[in-house]
Amino acid sequence: MRKLIQHGSSSTVPASGKVPGHDSAIGHVTGRAAYIDDLPGPAGMRHLAVGLSPHASARILHMDLSEVRCQPGVIDVITAADIPGHNEVGAVYPGDPLLAEDEVRYAGQMVFAVVADTLFNARCAVTHARIDYELQTPALDPVASIEAGLTVLPQHMHERPLPAPALDRGAAMSEDTQTSGHVDQALQAAPHVLEGEQCIGGQEHFYLEGQIAQAERLDDDGLRVLTSSQHPSEVQKLVAEVLGIPLHGIVAEVRRMGGGFGGKESQAAALGAMAALAAHRNGCAIRFRLPRADDMQATGKRHPFHNRYRVGFDDSGRLMGADITLIGNCGHSPDLSEGVVDRAMFHADNAYYLGHARVTGHRAMTHTASNTAFRGFGGPQGMMPIEGAMDDIARTLGLDPLDVRKRNLYDAERCETHYGQQIDQPLIGELIETLEASSDYRARRREITAFNAKSPVIRKGLALTPVKFGISFTARHLNQAGALLMIYTDGSVLVNHGGTEMGQGLHTKVCQVVARELGIAYHRVRISATRTDKVPNTSPTAASSGADLNAMAARNAAITLRERLMDFAAQWQTLPRERLTLEEDGLTAGEARIEWSELIQQAYLARVPLSAIGFYATPEIHYDRQTGRGRPFYYYAWGAAVSEVHVDTLTGEYRVARVDILHDVGESLNPAIDRGQIEGGFIQGMGWLTTEELKWDDQGHLLTTGPATYKIPACGDAPRDFRVALLEGHPNSQATIYRSKAVGEPPLMLAISVWSALRDAVASLADDRSSPRLDTPATPERVLMACEAVRKARLHNAPRPQEETAHVLSAK
Amino acid sequence: MLSLTLNGQRHCLNDLPAATTALSLLRGHLGACGTKEGCASGDCGACTIAIGTRNDRGELHYHSANACILPAHQLHGCHVLTVEGLARKESLHPVQQAMIEHHGSQCGFCTSGIVMSLFCLDNERRRLGMNGPPDDDTIDAALGGNLCRCTGYRAIRDAARAMHTLPRPTMDEPDDLPPASGAITNGFHHPESRHALIEILTQHPRARLIAGGTDLMLEHTLALKPLPELIDLSGVAELAHIDEQADGWWIGAGVTYHRLAPLLADHYPAFHALLERLGSLQIRHRATLAGNIANASPIGDTPPILMALGARLRLDGAQGMRELPIDDFFTGYRSTALNEGEYLDAVYLPRLQDREQLLAWKISKRRDDDISAVMLALRISMGEEGQLNDVRVACGGMAATPKRARHVEAALEGQVLNDETLDNACRALAEDFSPIDDVRASRDYRLAAVAGLLARARHRLTSRHDAIPMTLEEI
Repeated sequence: MRKLIQHGSSSTVPASGKVPGHDSAIGHVTGRAAYIDDLPGPAGMRHLAVGLSPHASARILHMDLSEVRCQPGVIDVITAADIPGHNEVGAVYPGDPLLAEDEVRYAGQMVFAVVADTLFNARCAVTHARIDYELQTPALDPVASIEAGLTVLPQHMHERPLPAPALDRGAAMSEDTQTSGHVDQALQAAPHVLEGEQCIGGQEHFYLEGQIAQAERLDDDGLRVLTSSQHPSEVQKLVAEVLGIPLHGIVAEVRRMGGGFGGKESQAAALGAMAALAAHRNGCAIRFRLPRADDMQATGKRHPFHNRYRVGFDDSGRLMGADITLIGNCGHSPDLSEGVVDRAMFHADNAYYLGHARVTGHRAMTHTASNTAFRGFGGPQGMMPIEGAMDDIARTLGLDPLDVRKRNLYDAERCETHYGQQIDQPLIGELIETLEASSDYRARRREITAFNAKSPVIRKGLALTPVKFGISFTARHLNQAGALLMIYTDGSVLVNHGGTEMGQGLHTKVCQVVARELGIAYHRVRISATRTDKVPNTSPTAASSGADLNAMAARNAAITLRERLMDFAAQWQTLPRERLTLEEDGLTAGEARIEWSELIQQAYLARVPLSAIGFYATPEIHYDRQTGRGRPFYYYAWGAAVSEVHVDTLTGEYRVARVDILHDVGESLNPAIDRGQIEGGFIQGMGWLTTEELKWDDQGHLLTTGPATYKIPACGDAPRDFRVALLEGHPNSQATIYRSKAVGEPPLMLAISVWSALRDAVASLADDRSSPRLDTPATPERVLMACEAVRKARLHNAPRPQEETAHVLSAK
Repeated sequence: MLSLTLNGQRHCLNDLPAATTALSLLRGHLGACGTKEGCASGDCGACTIAIGTRNDRGELHYHSANACILPAHQLHGCHVLTVEGLARKESLHPVQQAMIEHHGSQCGFCTSGIVMSLFCLDNERRRLGMNGPPDDDTIDAALGGNLCRCTGYRAIRDAARAMHTLPRPTMDEPDDLPPASGAITNGFHHPESRHALIEILTQHPRARLIAGGTDLMLEHTLALKPLPELIDLSGVAELAHIDEQADGWWIGAGVTYHRLAPLLADHYPAFHALLERLGSLQIRHRATLAGNIANASPIGDTPPILMALGARLRLDGAQGMRELPIDDFFTGYRSTALNEGEYLDAVYLPRLQDREQLLAWKISKRRDDDISAVMLALRISMGEEGQLNDVRVACGGMAATPKRARHVEAALEGQVLNDETLDNACRALAEDFSPIDDVRASRDYRLAAVAGLLARARHRLTSRHDAIPMTLEEI
């Protein structure tokens, strides 16, 4: 018999009570954690750079790349004509050619590729292309596009029929239904109606590690693609389609990403496909890294939205009806915009019962990069109108915005959304009560009102805003996951699953779950790179679902192995099967105990299979797009934040002084990681709404192509007083992994409190009776202009100055 | 040949082109890939390294710098530490340990840069015998040039506060290398004296002058220019001095912002406050006042202040030295009074007289490490009756060059600062400037914001020091 690895007899359980940190933390702080660009390339590896379209909309008349070919170090030049399979890398619908063919549809679109010995040489060679374009007038205004019928997909609408039925919800909603008398009736009957309009800016992901892929040919004509992608299975699929070879010839692999945030869900595939194509043609390994400016021009961003709202309410501020229109600027192609605008619509209520509601979503086409997934996936943009409306209502009625918000929250009675889903765990009322007290909201409100009354220049603002976020992919088939679990003869365990690690700590959580199911020490479990040849047909790591899906799949695999081991142990030692447990690195049965390592070695010798797959599909969810009704979400995650801002009303500069957050993660899988997600999500959301401004010129060229002009929050922007707590005592009512809740996206929307607080500070210039329009990002410039507008309105002596876009239409 | 010590190990390299960055030296030539490229423009800090040099007392101290825009040849003779060099076998450096314990990394891509910035902070504080945790301002300043997209910074701040509690590791004292020899290496010239500098300038009139390189190097990393001939000012002995005179200071062209900071803190608090928002600490460790002037950007932060102060410039070259007021230096968008073969030798800062005050403010989208949308700088002498005398006002971001606001000055000169004076000054702004819309701000905002800053100046100069804060800093 071959000798098995020797093992010590004592179990090595780590000190309890301490949650494990990120599985790569040591690698991060020592520089040993490698990203794709850090890897020593295979011998003979070449580098690829792409030529980008300088025009937003043009026909390509003639391409002369002869000069490019003779530049130093150049090995190959590739155009669309060189693609053996499909020239298409669209994620859901076609519309995204890998390389432009006859036309370009945005400035920054990839037109041709150059392979050279170094990246610098490839980039230099790109500049020698001579391409003749026939320019066309680009469509750049999404509202004008909608008016002209330029969409990437048809519009879609959610409507609550009147009277609100219990369960039979016929065909009250369809894509073509433009009106129903009910919402309009409700608005007509309301004592007060107001309307508003807002432009919500997009957001660049600004993952610190830019987009990158590396491809190499394998000896059996297959290809291995290392990709910084949230969706390796899609990279595998699109590489196969571009090359015209079957999926089993491609292995896509992701060890870690230097940030993703949605920007590497669909957008990474083009890089994988391009590198694979070049490797296929040239027989050498190819690395394709987009320099930052190219990355920012070529890849899509968070959708900018143009929102309109009309709400009816009673004297107490309670909503009676809402008519909300959301126009998403999708860029030039559909990409993921169907789901993004759907999710914006699903979140138009945020945490409020809207009454009779009509929500209409439009998908505008513009000649810009195709906008894509970004943490929240349309949800944040969809919530902005109703949060703006809450503040507007409060200022119209002279109430504290918090009171208006509280009066409209979902509760045990009013718990059906405008798309017909029943909310079975409306935690928000209790959560807000707790936060209101812990943040000392009322006393601070009084102090701030007193401060503002005496302060001519500096104004303070305060706002508490809630978040309700639906968890599940709205595309039902994506709600599945697989895992592969292997136990080796020394008792060490290797897990592989379909989720990818982009910093969110998914691998750590999955290892924790496996260790818990097998009753072994955390350090015995290790995770390997995500690979499409280990777990097939995986879903993107997106929609906050990474742990919900993959940890559950890994758990199912662990349960299979655990049961197998117990069956074996019961037989081997003739122990009572029902009394066996796996805990503290061993199997116990009353007094009897078998150490884990011993158990595994004996199981191996007894020819018990020590690997298993696990699978999970989220139960119960369904949604009918035709009717706009169903249960798209397995459950909701809740949270609320109180932000205090200080504004210099002479210059528009401001600081976020204090933030209190209470957030619901059910039973936390890892409080340290969850807190990191909450804080990071909040600051990222704050950046979206404050300093992160994307600008294009009137020809559709992106002007903000690097961190010199595109400003994500720096350390000094984070509030110094930042109090974050997890909601305790409310396990998920649904049977998720250990009753936890997803945490990736929901906290981003807590940052709406910063925007609302800025409006609050500006409104103080008119004694809180004017509701200033404040488009986002609310840069110092926009804040100053809002101050000036409010001051001007006040100067004109209106007893109740109303800013132009928050009209009170009727006050009966 | 370029010789340096990287993490205690000596390396000698030949044939590095002049414009090679320290980052490509590390990642490409030396295989040290812990240091990352996030932007190649010195804005994100993922490439932060620590550069060790000896001070006058022979102590080795480290400063942080952005490797992505640092010319590799400037590392000649230096001790370079990167993230790979901090741990001693399995024993992590306290900075690394604190980052792990406080969950300071998520995706990890910015982490090596953050670790190096914190290392420099920790090292400096231990060297100076500072035992407690750094305060919030110190932490934010140390990390102002390190962007993290994942954590929201709270965890990193906690790590920064905790690192001093962990035992200090024994850092190896590396053997010293010979200093830069004055040799020419592949087009990178290291003159050590003014004389040598002028000689090289005469021989290579097309060569570009480089000190910190924090702007010039972007032409290579972003615009892909080869920059075949570079003349390094950072080793020229005469340019490294701050020369105190009876009524001011000559600041040599090789003096970095970091070295200038204590003088500004003592004599020009408004300038010093602004300096803390100029670039990042990594940038201020390398960049120079003279570089900010010579590159003639319309949005350079210091020229408006220097104009308000009435600074003078000393230009030097084969034709001899000459002086001119900074007002006469900027001749158009990115063009200057420098003749071919001439260089900016030193900047003269006049000492503020008894009744003189300098006010200066910058407005940008983000507080730290951002380029100004607008700058206002104002120097006045306050008369007995509160009237303003000898008013000098200059703005940045309002025209194609940094520019004096002569109409505003006229509106303020001899006046007491009241509503009427302020209104007149704000109206005069539109006569002085016709700013443009661009990526940083609109025309309207530029005008409104500078008017707001004039109002702030009025509050500052006339306030009765009651309890009402007039700026965000006063809260």
